Amino acid sequence: MPTEASTSTAPTSPTRPSFIDWIGRNPSVTMLGGLIVLAVIFFSAMAPSRFLSLDTPRAMAFQMPELGILALAMMVPLMSGGLNLAIIATANLSALVMAAIITKMIGPTSPPQALFGVIAFALAAGLVTSLIIGLITGVIVAFLGVHPILVTLGTMTAVKGIAVYATNGGVIGGFPPPILFLGNGTLAGVPVPMVFFVLCAVLVAVVMSHAPFGVAVRMIGSNEKATRYSGVATDWMVVGVYILSSLLCWVAAVIMMARFNSARAGYAESYLLITILAAVLGGIDPNGGFGKVVGLFMSLILLQIISTGFTLVGFSPHLTEAIWGATMILAIAIALVRDRWITHLWLRKTSK
Amino acid sequence: MPDRDPSFKAVFRRHDVQIAVIVAVMVVLFSAISPSFLSASNGVSLLETYSVMAIMASGLLVVLISGGIDISFAAIAAVSQYLTATILVRSGGNWFAAFGLAAGFGALLGIVNALLIYYLRALAVIVTISTMTFYFAILMFVTEGKSIYNLPDWFTADLSLFGTPFPVVVAGIVLLLTVFFLSRLSIGRQIYGLGGNPEAAKRVGCNLLGLQCFVYGYSGFTAGIAGLVQAHRVEEVVPNALIGRELDVLAAVVLGGASLLGGIGTVSGTILGIVLLAILQNGLTLMGVSSYSFGFVTGLIILISVSATAYAAKRQQRRQVRHAN
Amino acid sequence: MASPCEGGRDADGAIMNPKSNHPEPPGQQIAPAFIEMRGISKRFGGVRALSDVSFSIQAAEIHCLAGENGCGKSTLIKILSGVYAPDEGQIVLEGKPHSHLTPAASQRFGVQIIYQDLSLFPNLSVAENIAFGHQVQTPLRFADYKAMRKQAQAVMERLKISLPLGALVGTLPIARRQLVAICRALAGEQARLVVMDEPTASLTHQEVDALLATIHELKRQGIATVFVSHRLDEVMTIAERVTVLRDGRNLGTYWVRDIDRRRLGELITGHVFENALKPPFTGKEHPVLEVRGLSCEGQYDGVNLQLRPGEIVGLIGRLGSGRTEFALSLFGMNPPDRGEIRVNGKPVHLRSNREAIRQKIAYVSEDRLSLGLVMPQTIADNTVISVLDRLRGPIGLIDGTLRAQTIERWIFQELRVKTNTADRPVQQLSGGNQQRVVLAKWLATDPRVLILDSPTVGVDIGAKAGIFQIVDALAARGLAILLISDEVEEVLYQSHRILVMRSGRIVGTYDPQHVSEQELRETIYA
Repeated sequence: MPTEASTSTAPTSPTRPSFIDWIGRNPSVTMLGGLIVLAVIFFSAMAPSRFLSLDTPRAMAFQMPELGILALAMMVPLMSGGLNLAIIATANLSALVMAAIITKMIGPTSPPQALFGVIAFALAAGLVTSLIIGLITGVIVAFLGVHPILVTLGTMTAVKGIAVYATNGGVIGGFPPPILFLGNGTLAGVPVPMVFFVLCAVLVAVVMSHAPFGVAVRMIGSNEKATRYSGVATDWMVVGVYILSSLLCWVAAVIMMARFNSARAGYAESYLLITILAAVLGGIDPNGGFGKVVGLFMSLILLQIISTGFTLVGFSPHLTEAIWGATMILAIAIALVRDRWITHLWLRKTSK
Repeated sequence: MPDRDPSFKAVFRRHDVQIAVIVAVMVVLFSAISPSFLSASNGVSLLETYSVMAIMASGLLVVLISGGIDISFAAIAAVSQYLTATILVRSGGNWFAAFGLAAGFGALLGIVNALLIYYLRALAVIVTISTMTFYFAILMFVTEGKSIYNLPDWFTADLSLFGTPFPVVVAGIVLLLTVFFLSRLSIGRQIYGLGGNPEAAKRVGCNLLGLQCFVYGYSGFTAGIAGLVQAHRVEEVVPNALIGRELDVLAAVVLGGASLLGGIGTVSGTILGIVLLAILQNGLTLMGVSSYSFGFVTGLIILISVSATAYAAKRQQRRQVRHAN
Repeated sequence: MASPCEGGRDADGAIMNPKSNHPEPPGQQIAPAFIEMRGISKRFGGVRALSDVSFSIQAAEIHCLAGENGCGKSTLIKILSGVYAPDEGQIVLEGKPHSHLTPAASQRFGVQIIYQDLSLFPNLSVAENIAFGHQVQTPLRFADYKAMRKQAQAVMERLKISLPLGALVGTLPIARRQLVAICRALAGEQARLVVMDEPTASLTHQEVDALLATIHELKRQGIATVFVSHRLDEVMTIAERVTVLRDGRNLGTYWVRDIDRRRLGELITGHVFENALKPPFTGKEHPVLEVRGLSCEGQYDGVNLQLRPGEIVGLIGRLGSGRTEFALSLFGMNPPDRGEIRVNGKPVHLRSNREAIRQKIAYVSEDRLSLGLVMPQTIADNTVISVLDRLRGPIGLIDGTLRAQTIERWIFQELRVKTNTADRPVQQLSGGNQQRVVLAKWLATDPRVLILDSPTVGVDIGAKAGIFQIVDALAARGLAILLISDEVEEVLYQSHRILVMRSGRIVGTYDPQHVSEQELRETIYA
């Protein structure tokens, strides 16, 4: 095959990235790493005895997964260039379905075999609920071309409406030990919720970088039309995105149900916007196409450190939220300055 | 009126006219089912209930037309409501002071949004989510969730103008003000232009920073006023009363035909969107349907409406492609 | 750099003016220049965009600034419009020198730029768009619709065109939108120069004629037009004078009537094309693709086609002739109403492009920027996007080795894309290299039929040769190629057989050895 111009260089293996190149390619991870270190130093200084104990990571490991799995559920649609505002509502309805089945069919006098059968059935029902919501959302976004914000606004309202209507806004609670174990137990010292979260994170990470589906989703996020012209079934991929998102909502529902020992239509609503915050802070591009689970993981750790640290120091949880909001703004500002600095350095390097 | 194609077909294709038809149908249906629906008192009470939403929707509409989005207006309303009430309780005042303070605080907080969006070159949705989180959290932290009950008598006294309750009058004024500058003032046309083609707006020489400050400032301005009216209505200031309404207001504005992509939207459409939701919920109540079902029905209406709009747009596109050949 | 020699005449008869550093057209008095740019240089970081460029515009003339992508013409225009400031040199406006301009100053002098995307507001009416300049000055003023309509009407009368004042600009076809943009340029400030960027890119032949009429009307009113272009047809049809830029340098200003097309092309590209016609095709294998009576309502009608392995068939037709719609039908993205498509003798119903790819048909879209590549993503991902399913390993995940092998083979070995690593965003590559990535992507699908739709649009003329060498090599390997283009020269020299499409029908089949460019043009534009 002919070369392009007379002065072409024979392509060799990729050059070793310099430090600047690495920062350029992993901007969020480096920045988050820096912020995490800062936060740890800050809180260690403020309350050394309470913060620097083994209890701290343990407590964090119990609290983080609900938000974490929901953040994953938000990340996948974001990568495709969309958004899923209905994740909390989906999780809540799913939890209510499971809770209703369990509490209705299991009493204190039920035999153990029945227990596991019913739990399995309940989990399956919750899963199906989530998947149906995801399917409807995906179909409307992909085949009707409606903006995801609007569709998921509609499904969020409708799903929450169903949940509220069916329960009159009340709580369903009181679950048997196997469920509670899922929320409060440990496996080899690691809290069970954390195990779930890590599994989900690994799943999403592997899918997004190594599965054909994941590659397609990222390409769709950057340019759906071009991806379609390349022979990818983009419509079904988008449906898959919202199904996967809802599947993760189901996992989150199980964890929440187990940790709160109850399910309710309005739980965790404040989490919705925090998941978007966590995703964007973690380097997921809100326009779609880019983002890594590692980044999301680190941003969640940072947010959790701030939250846990503030609780230990005795600050009000409201202050935590305020700092979260301010952190987002700070992170954007840092990213802007950093990008300008990188461009400046690159210009200097190339004009020599 | 803004320059429009006056032909009949074009008028009918307009989104607000379609919504008006749906509203008319609903009115007929509900008044057939429930006789008390069409009573004057019902209508007035309905207007009064939704006046706060109408005021917030005006601000959000302007932001959407400019191509942006604002999720923080409810938080801005809460903060300025609280600040205004605190000052009024401590130092006394009158309605002029009340409006001045509330609108002023709101506009200020809104301008902060504009500055962040402009100088950080960040997405409006991300910035306003962050400021919303921040404003509201600070508010809850400082107030410890405590409400203000001892509002001055002149503030809570029932006011009405020719039988129209005060909240409705304020809403009407805000809506008229919005219509006025959107269609009659040059800045309104620039806002439409900015939403229609931001790059072109820049090239033509529009003052982008000024427009952003105006748009988000106005959203904050209306939010402040909405908070004030809310406090007047319920005769107390509850810090977290308005939170969670953001998406309801967005739903109403979108139902009214505003586009999330910018450049499209009208006050008449927004009014109709709110009216649609109001009539729906009111009709259901009068029919004896549990209020717990509202969420589901509203969500369904949103889904149907946006699906229908998108489907119609797709068919229009396909027709244009054929026509071009 | 070597500046053109001073004194005497150059090879084309252009007079070398010892005073200014560029050749003047022969037999012409040097009129006092309306706008003169002297010795302009501009660097961006390490890249020299312009080197000592001098360029003059006379009042009320129609002047083309020609050159391939990256030659510096856009930069020169942006310096004139005040967006950039030159590092060296001066801009002389009617004798008054300036070291740099601001957008406001440039507009005050009467320079109006019309960008390629037209920069109109689709959601506002024609009248509002035309009169928008006024709005900007005083935001708190009332929007006077009557005055806007009057102003718009006045401008339209001046230019002898008519547009529906109340229509939303977004509903107008592109040719009319262009007229709106020109009207806007003329509203308000006294415009004396209108600059257009690639104005005929999306216009049909008749629309180009209409645009030409408008430009002549501008000339009659004393307004100069400068348009930036790299399309030879456009230059030869519209311009009076043409200035050629290459690699940031001015190669001379010429009267279009005095220069021939081939010489102009050579000046722009820098080397002489050895255009040899292809020998007639002698393959005897069965056709890999046969099309009979293919029709699609409103797009094309009764098209027949046969492609043999190793054959390059050129399909030429202007915009709107139905050629792209036909190509998309072959690719499964535009189901036809009637007719038959056979692949290797078997009839197929292509309901999606995935089916077409399964049938070994590949389509390189003419719109590389938004349909051919996903610009922000990596070269690697763009290369494998169409063959993801073939790269699966045992558990359904992509096999990293297979992926790396695919990229190594198609990007680095076969197509020699000029890049150090495939993990860079593809938008960082030049147009020619980007097109190679597109070809790599499609060749990775192992096609038997390759449909190329205007493959050299936005590719430097120098890189075009490279693309066509690739095409020839592919044909030699046995691929059947359908080359769609609207550039007659391209098709004439690259195909074994030429089909001309007009208004949705094939109106002629030609043998390149026995037809002239002129004949082809006449058939296309008849």
